[in-house]
Amino acid sequence: MLTGLSAGMVGLALFVVGLFGLATYNLQLALESIEERVEVVVYLRDDARQSEIDLAQAELGDLPEVQRAEYVSKRDALARAQEDLPEFGELFAGAGVNPLPQSLELELRPGARNQQAVEGIADRALAYPFVEDVRYGREWVDKLFTLRRVGAATTAVLGGAFFLVAALIIGTALRIAIHARRDEIYIMRLVGAKNGFIRRPFLLEGALAGFLGAVLAWVLTYFVYRLVYGYLFAVAWIPGSWILGGVAAGVFFGMLASGLAIRRHLRAV
Amino acid sequence: MIQLTSVSKEYPNRGYGLREVSFRMEKGEFAFLTGHSGSGKSTTLRLVHMADRPTSGEVRVSGYSSETVSRREVWKVRRRVGIVFQDFRLLPGRTAQENVAFALEVTGTTRSDIPPRAQRLLSQVGLAPKSGQLVHELSGGEQQRVAIARALANDPFVLLADEPTGNLDERATRGILDLFWEINAKGMAVLMATHDLELVRSYPRARLLELDNGSLVYDSRTVAAE
Repeated sequence: MLTGLSAGMVGLALFVVGLFGLATYNLQLALESIEERVEVVVYLRDDARQSEIDLAQAELGDLPEVQRAEYVSKRDALARAQEDLPEFGELFAGAGVNPLPQSLELELRPGARNQQAVEGIADRALAYPFVEDVRYGREWVDKLFTLRRVGAATTAVLGGAFFLVAALIIGTALRIAIHARRDEIYIMRLVGAKNGFIRRPFLLEGALAGFLGAVLAWVLTYFVYRLVYGYLFAVAWIPGSWILGGVAAGVFFGMLASGLAIRRHLRAV
Repeated sequence: MIQLTSVSKEYPNRGYGLREVSFRMEKGEFAFLTGHSGSGKSTTLRLVHMADRPTSGEVRVSGYSSETVSRREVWKVRRRVGIVFQDFRLLPGRTAQENVAFALEVTGTTRSDIPPRAQRLLSQVGLAPKSGQLVHELSGGEQQRVAIARALANDPFVLLADEPTGNLDERATRGILDLFWEINAKGMAVLMATHDLELVRSYPRARLLELDNGSLVYDSRTVAAE
């Protein structure tokens, strides 16, 4: 009965953490999808020789930060422009000359989509004499990484606060459950039960309350996820490792809170 | 054997509970610990039960010293020392049998041995017919008998009793005292704290230890030896 009540309180406390986890995970996914668009475009002079371009493509493609280096010829650039910007199709066709430069498009590896790596690659590309310009949307990249830092700091502060509140609620819930059985603990101490013997069932109950609470919290979080997904907008469900981590944290904090609460009673008599 | 050597107990906001108290109690002895309220009777019993540690001096109980027994090892002393209180301290909502069985269970008695042993202990205190009754439905004297049966669960060498008859009428008080003498006759020492001097006088065979303001002012054994 008491374990059920404790599990309910633990579940509600962890539900808030679960919702926060759901929001954080989706925010992380959104940022990652934006980051995937970060690429470096190296514009080449029209008089660059193909052998030089091939060499640059191979060298830049071999950089550890670069996942793929793709050569876009002047003709391909024009075809893409006509496809992407059909309203200017006639203008491109009537000009007679192709004003668009040939380029190397560098796609970056997931861990290298940061300001430092992008700038390093840009500097490296600019060292080639036949490179006209390098573009990677400096302002956009700067803003993206600022957003990422703000996101990380907010997650840490809010997450820490939610976690602390949840830990306090779990601690209080289990302290109340143990307090309700203080007479039993007192009698156990009185007649000579070993501390380990007294502690064990309460630790198990703490673990059980933590486990059931964590499962309840995930069930409630999933319910909210279905509601948001069905009626508001598409969101992703939390990965399995997060769920397992949450359950493990519930069990750990349940045991820890019980262990701390029982300690006070073991010192009393 | 219980031995207190120059034991003092000082409480942070209440001053001295005991001052330089020394006495020795042998196996199989029956002693009354008397004195007014606040004279140090309960403090003495708490020290013997190792619920408290002396500020100075040493308490030795069945070979365990207050100076060396750690908090984790206190259970060893508790299994050698049974204790009962004025307010019984039973688990409400449980039967007499369950209260005694609880003590056996938490001190490691084999599960199959618990019911017969609990029943035997209740028989010993004359309560076998009421073993299945909830303790809060029993009279004060009967509840104290359940508490005594529980205190005997580990077969201790001494039974401590802190004003065990304080809540009982005269008849029940006599019944509990007679039970203590029966228990003592089988070789178990009894140290009973009481402020009821009339009760003490009606058992002249018992040793009398009198405390006043935390000091031991009278010990009938010492006086007899002189």
